[in-house]
Amino acid sequence: MEQKIKNMQHSPSVGLLPIDLERIRADFPILDQIIDGNQLVYLDNAATTQKPRVVINAIIEYYRKYNANIHRGLHYLAEKSTEMYEHTRIHVADFIGGVDPKEVIFTRGTTEAINLVAYTWGEENIKEGDEIVITEMEHHANLVPWIQLAKKKKAILKRIPITFCGHLDQSNINEIITSKTKLLALTHMSNVLGTINPVAELTALAKKHGAVVLADGAQAVPHLKVDVKSLGVDFYAFSSHKMLGPTGVGILYGKKELLEAMPPFNMGGEMIREVSFDHVTWAELPNKFEGGTPNIADVVAFDAALHYLEEIGMDNLRQHEMDLTKYAIEHLSAIPGLEIQGPREVEQRGGVISFTDNDLHPHDISTFLDSKGIAIRAGHHCAQPLMSILGKIATARASLYIYNNEADIDALVKALKGMRRYFGL
Amino acid sequence: MSGSLDEMYRDIILDHYRSPRGHEPLPMADFSTGGHNPSCGDELKLAVKIEDDMVKDIYIDCKGCAISTASGSMLAEVLKGKSIAEAKKIAAIVRGMLKGEDVEIPEDLGDIDALEGVKKFPVRIKCALLAWVTFMEGMENYENGSGEATTTSVE
Repeated sequence: MEQKIKNMQHSPSVGLLPIDLERIRADFPILDQIIDGNQLVYLDNAATTQKPRVVINAIIEYYRKYNANIHRGLHYLAEKSTEMYEHTRIHVADFIGGVDPKEVIFTRGTTEAINLVAYTWGEENIKEGDEIVITEMEHHANLVPWIQLAKKKKAILKRIPITFCGHLDQSNINEIITSKTKLLALTHMSNVLGTINPVAELTALAKKHGAVVLADGAQAVPHLKVDVKSLGVDFYAFSSHKMLGPTGVGILYGKKELLEAMPPFNMGGEMIREVSFDHVTWAELPNKFEGGTPNIADVVAFDAALHYLEEIGMDNLRQHEMDLTKYAIEHLSAIPGLEIQGPREVEQRGGVISFTDNDLHPHDISTFLDSKGIAIRAGHHCAQPLMSILGKIATARASLYIYNNEADIDALVKALKGMRRYFGL
Repeated sequence: MSGSLDEMYRDIILDHYRSPRGHEPLPMADFSTGGHNPSCGDELKLAVKIEDDMVKDIYIDCKGCAISTASGSMLAEVLKGKSIAEAKKIAAIVRGMLKGEDVEIPEDLGDIDALEGVKKFPVRIKCALLAWVTFMEGMENYENGSGEATTTSVE
């Protein structure tokens, strides 16, 4: 029976619609170009994704027809732009599982969203001797703010290790998450290993000890259906540009009680209620955290990206990525000298595929692939501690999204085989 | 990409990469130093034996890409047997060349001009620079009398 369910989950016919890849690819003008005589193959989606025409057009349309500063003006354009900006907030609230729109704060990106929590909630709540728990697979964005906060407050940073297969090692979890834990900060999906972490399970454990939980969803929200309420987290951060939207827009979801108790982050216009020379009161949520003029045009255009993803359906998107990840891992594994990092089972991972070559440095791999029109990332992926745990100085990383197809993987595999010949291996 | 692949990965570069020179350990080195390129993780160890103001021997071990390995290998080959003054001058010329400065490259520098192709790949210039700036800094510390091992970073 279990086997049958597994098979059913794999079959696109059960509640899932096949994806019209040709049509989707045609929606992304950037994909249709030749670079140095090669068709562009874009496999750097974990860094940023390409934008569909509807998103590009939304930016143009905003500046052509609606541009005005929000929340203040008493004219048509100001009302219209405010309405559009706030509409995206409502849409985001719905997209992450139906939270109160007041709990959705716009930032510049995931990094700023996490820093907002570190500088406000962290400053007020982390005390000497408190414990902050992170994982060994964190991106620097969900690591450096906590290292610095722990240093400043004389708090203790503890970490959940990873197993050989790239999962979180929970064998000693009850010694790591304890009554001393004030904060658990973990990534929902690793930007290096692709591992999907058991956020709900670990949150439940942390909550038992009264800790606050922040999840970095930068790699998760673009690829999985995420419901922050069922995850149970207090804070959840992600970025528009990794899910078809413009750069410069991040989202911090925070539980209302926590956000209300926190001091503001950026002081200035928009975030105040009343100001005199000796007294200031803060605006209500979410304005309290959005001091200054925000990135209005890109927030407005992010709405189009959310619509686009909803039209495809996050379940269909996930199925497509699982199928393609499986295909990629199968074919990449067959290349001699190539080592793939992270879990093998596609149910437990996303389409971020880090690999190394026994003989070649990731930068040589990346430069070689670039000469064939293939864009991947090489380096430490802002996860230097993880690199040292993996025993690698760097990895090459191919990462997938909705518009990638088997031809992209075939091109990658063919180029990697040619690469070894080129370097005389 | 602004250059063609073969301009960077010339045969000479690939030869140095596959069989790097200067791999014989130098137990009696006069100074040893390390270089690190944090953005790509390249690491190298450098040891130099000085005798009568000459660079008597060089040991270099680079854990990095083809370009940083080949560049270090060329350094070992070219600087060995040169006077300290000459070695410093050559290192400064190579650094200038890689940084796109208007420098004249002497003809007797062996394979070094093969590194010129790297200039067309801006993100890779620091790979080629690593060995040379590590040598320069190590030499400076040696001449200033600080025998302690240091680490040079290329950003």
